[in-house]
Amino acid sequence: MDKRSTWKNLDWIMIGLYLILISIGWISVYAAGYDFTNVIGSFFNHVYGRQLIWIGISAIVALAILIIDNKFYTALSYIFYGAIILLLIAAIFVGGVVKGSRSWITIGSFQFQPAEFAKFATSLALAKYLSALNIDLKKAKTWGIAIAIFVLPMLIIILQNETGSALVFTVFFLVSYRFGFSGLFLLVGLFIGVLVSLALLFDKYYIILILGILTALTIYLLRRERVAIMIAGLVFILSSGFVLATDYIYMHVMEPHQKQRIDVFLGREANVKDADYNVRQSKIAIGSGGLSGKGFLQGTLTKFNFVPEQTSDFIFCTIGEEYGFVGSSVLLLLFLGLLIRILFVAERQRSRFSKIYAYAVAGIIFFHLFINIGMTIGLVPVIGIPLPFISYGGSSMLAFTILLFILIKLDADRLSVLR
Amino acid sequence: MDLFQSRRWVIQGAFILVILVFILRLFYMQVVDENYKQLANSNSLRRITSYPARGLVYDRKQRLILYNKAEYDLMVIPLQVSPFDTTELARLLDISVDDIRKTLVKARKTSPYKPYLFQKGIQADQFQSVRESLFQFPGFYSQVRTVRSYPFMAAAHVLGYIGEVSPKQIERLGGYYKQGDYIGITGIEESYEDILRGNKGVRYMLVDVNNREQGSFAEGKYDTIASPGLNLTSSIDIELQQYGEKLMQNKIGSIVAIEPSTGEVLAMVSSPSYDPSLLSGKDRGKNFKMLYADPNKPLFNRAIKAPYPPGSTFKPLMAAIGMQEKVIQPWAPFSMCHGGINIGSLHIGCHAHGGIPNVCVAIAVSCNGYFANYFREVVDNRSRYKNIAEGLDAWNGYLKRFGLGIKTGIDLPNEGYGFAPDSKYYTKRYKTADWRSSMIVSIGFGQGELSATPLQIANMMCSFANRGYWFTPHLVKQIQNDSTILKERIQRNDTGLDTAICNIVVKGMEDVVEAGTARIAKIPGITICGKTGTAQNPHGKDHSLFACFAPKDNPKIVLAVIVENSGFGATWAAPIASLMIEKFMNDSIADNRKYLEQRMFDGNLLKPTP
Repeated sequence: MDKRSTWKNLDWIMIGLYLILISIGWISVYAAGYDFTNVIGSFFNHVYGRQLIWIGISAIVALAILIIDNKFYTALSYIFYGAIILLLIAAIFVGGVVKGSRSWITIGSFQFQPAEFAKFATSLALAKYLSALNIDLKKAKTWGIAIAIFVLPMLIIILQNETGSALVFTVFFLVSYRFGFSGLFLLVGLFIGVLVSLALLFDKYYIILILGILTALTIYLLRRERVAIMIAGLVFILSSGFVLATDYIYMHVMEPHQKQRIDVFLGREANVKDADYNVRQSKIAIGSGGLSGKGFLQGTLTKFNFVPEQTSDFIFCTIGEEYGFVGSSVLLLLFLGLLIRILFVAERQRSRFSKIYAYAVAGIIFFHLFINIGMTIGLVPVIGIPLPFISYGGSSMLAFTILLFILIKLDADRLSVLR
Repeated sequence: MDLFQSRRWVIQGAFILVILVFILRLFYMQVVDENYKQLANSNSLRRITSYPARGLVYDRKQRLILYNKAEYDLMVIPLQVSPFDTTELARLLDISVDDIRKTLVKARKTSPYKPYLFQKGIQADQFQSVRESLFQFPGFYSQVRTVRSYPFMAAAHVLGYIGEVSPKQIERLGGYYKQGDYIGITGIEESYEDILRGNKGVRYMLVDVNNREQGSFAEGKYDTIASPGLNLTSSIDIELQQYGEKLMQNKIGSIVAIEPSTGEVLAMVSSPSYDPSLLSGKDRGKNFKMLYADPNKPLFNRAIKAPYPPGSTFKPLMAAIGMQEKVIQPWAPFSMCHGGINIGSLHIGCHAHGGIPNVCVAIAVSCNGYFANYFREVVDNRSRYKNIAEGLDAWNGYLKRFGLGIKTGIDLPNEGYGFAPDSKYYTKRYKTADWRSSMIVSIGFGQGELSATPLQIANMMCSFANRGYWFTPHLVKQIQNDSTILKERIQRNDTGLDTAICNIVVKGMEDVVEAGTARIAKIPGITICGKTGTAQNPHGKDHSLFACFAPKDNPKIVLAVIVENSGFGATWAAPIASLMIEKFMNDSIADNRKYLEQRMFDGNLLKPTP
């Protein structure tokens, strides 16, 4: 036997964690979608029945990924990428409008969201680009092109009115950071995030006043350093402009539902009224779970459809309510285990392509986890993205399976993947 | 080769940090903070019970005597209260600002989430203005409640009242009742509870954290519609009832009026009575305490519960028994009584009366000696009964067939038995079977251990009015859409008495009013047959009794009137009965009898309250 065989080197820890998460996911979808008033009707008419079909399809796809030669992914990265970009654009024009977004493509009775598949395609393309022989990771141009690779699909997805899915692509900054992209940008990004939140929460003139005082203080302390004074002045002007811009965008550019979500997150009750309903219900459902939960199918809040989107975006509520703190923590730790395993796997790759791809996988899963669970427990604004492997939804189930199994394939073949 | 190896740890650290923050947050939400559990409970599904309208009650002439009136409760959920104009709310509710503050503090202490009863029993007219301004008071909302209302303010004992079901009842009755539900407590309200109450409906609503209804659950698949209670038609003539209550004002006692041909109760007065609306509505608790503490016991329904010695009103029955037992020869004179008779060492006192040529006169003049004598002959009739025990039990059998010593079966709860003694009782009492008729002779003229409720006395009179039988007395003559229940309930009870004997007794009772002890009861144009009674009792002055029916042929009304501690039967009971008859038969009181009516209205026999 060839010791380079895919089958001998499969990472069973990742596969095991994947299978456990998929199982937890299906049980949760069953619990959330279980309608005790209506058990009549075909199994496959219910969300849990359909989810099982998707799990089956995902299994077949996963197997196919393991069988296909790894060159298929490395060599054809740009092809995948290009195809997905075309599909993303196509969705805007040929796709129907589902809940205000133009992100779906319908073929016969089959519907899917190219945005879900854009994630792994972009990961492949980014890995491909950054692992090319002639690439100098210290050059600004390199990072300019790298950022363009993942900002392009992001922009198209924003045009599809799927801001939530688009936001996922920002995680590529973190991936880039791992491979040499300046940490300063991440800090600046964080600073801007804080500024935006402050600008929305407080009066813009107060913030500018405080920024001014801070700048004056800095200038006074560093009065001998001319460069520092100039930078401080520049930062002040830029951040003041940012605060004003944020305010302007919030007031004049944003659509009502986007404003509402921001209001909910910031807890501005006056503008909120019913919009905070989802989050409050979600928090009540999770909070009422207590230490060990109410038990399988015993969650009253998730059962009676208090929490909207409870099989997809708010699936974590069912887990929180029915299995309590113990169950939720176990789920989070399983995810953490998977993430750390992926990082470990990433670091053992010889090929830079595989390594970058692995970080992209970890980043995407992490970002979904962070936003999705963060939103159900009220730490993050409501952004409708699914919980990987758990939430109901064919596209996301399939996309995450592909994402992970390409990594498993690359890892299994790590001895033969050179670039 | 990899210059940025260390950044691996930054990323891994970020992952771990976020997961840790999430776990801490979850620990706080799920384990530490109890608020979510509270909210979850008031969240979820809400069962909203819709209470059906309780059935109405009409009198025999289809006048509405008991209906439902809306009252409003103002509720508050403390958590939702935001600063409001307390003076305005105080003005609307007619309470002080201080009261508002105190109640709010109490509500908050009870639970900030749960609805708290802020002010109960707001009348519809006052509530109108409250409702219009309610939007100014966030956290407050209203709940409508119906209370029973009594347009005639009469027949309290007959109608009864409703109140919150007790924990014991909830357990005993199982299933239907929940805490806070109302249930009939006495009177028709209790005995016809199942019919009057209807059936509750339940709606399942989804309710959010702010107690706002989010719509019905499962499109109302599980909702049940409340079915209203059925209406009743009572046999009561509410005007006659009111009139009886007025005649009995400031007196203690009772009036029972029955239509003998059906057993329908026309009026049932227990005095002192009370305004039934006192036990309906917001001050029910307070009023109940007040009525309960009253030494004259207004809550006690004397008409069906109080055992009185029937006194001379028993004599017609004694006469009938004597004749049926063939110890009384109706037309034989009786000459033993000269101001009383002596039985051994015992002297039975009697009042001055002329000679007694026949049984009719004995009844008319109410001769104690006559009935004492024949009581002994009945029970000591050794040719018929081998011992006195058998003799007395035969006598007791007659009483039972006349509804004495047993429940008549009226459709009211807690009917009293009265007492008709039998041989077992005396054997126990004298601790020997060797007791004599001379020892118990006073029961032969309605004294001694014998006792009967006013209802039983009236019912006994029904058998004479009907010449031999009685119907189960009842207060409800019709249930909306349903006649089977009542048909099963109301039975004809035969006394086994010969019609001829009855006619002789009736003749005697006619003489009572025409020429005997109750001439005062005479009404021109109406032949009344009756019997006065003056019952000795250990509580003071004699009870005044009168039992009668009218007219003699084809009687329309039977009456038993008892006025406690007021003296001779003829003084109070007979005039009251005769006024009742006149009111019932003629609808009004003749001018020349107005003085009598006035005297009855004015008569105050209550002990002055210390």
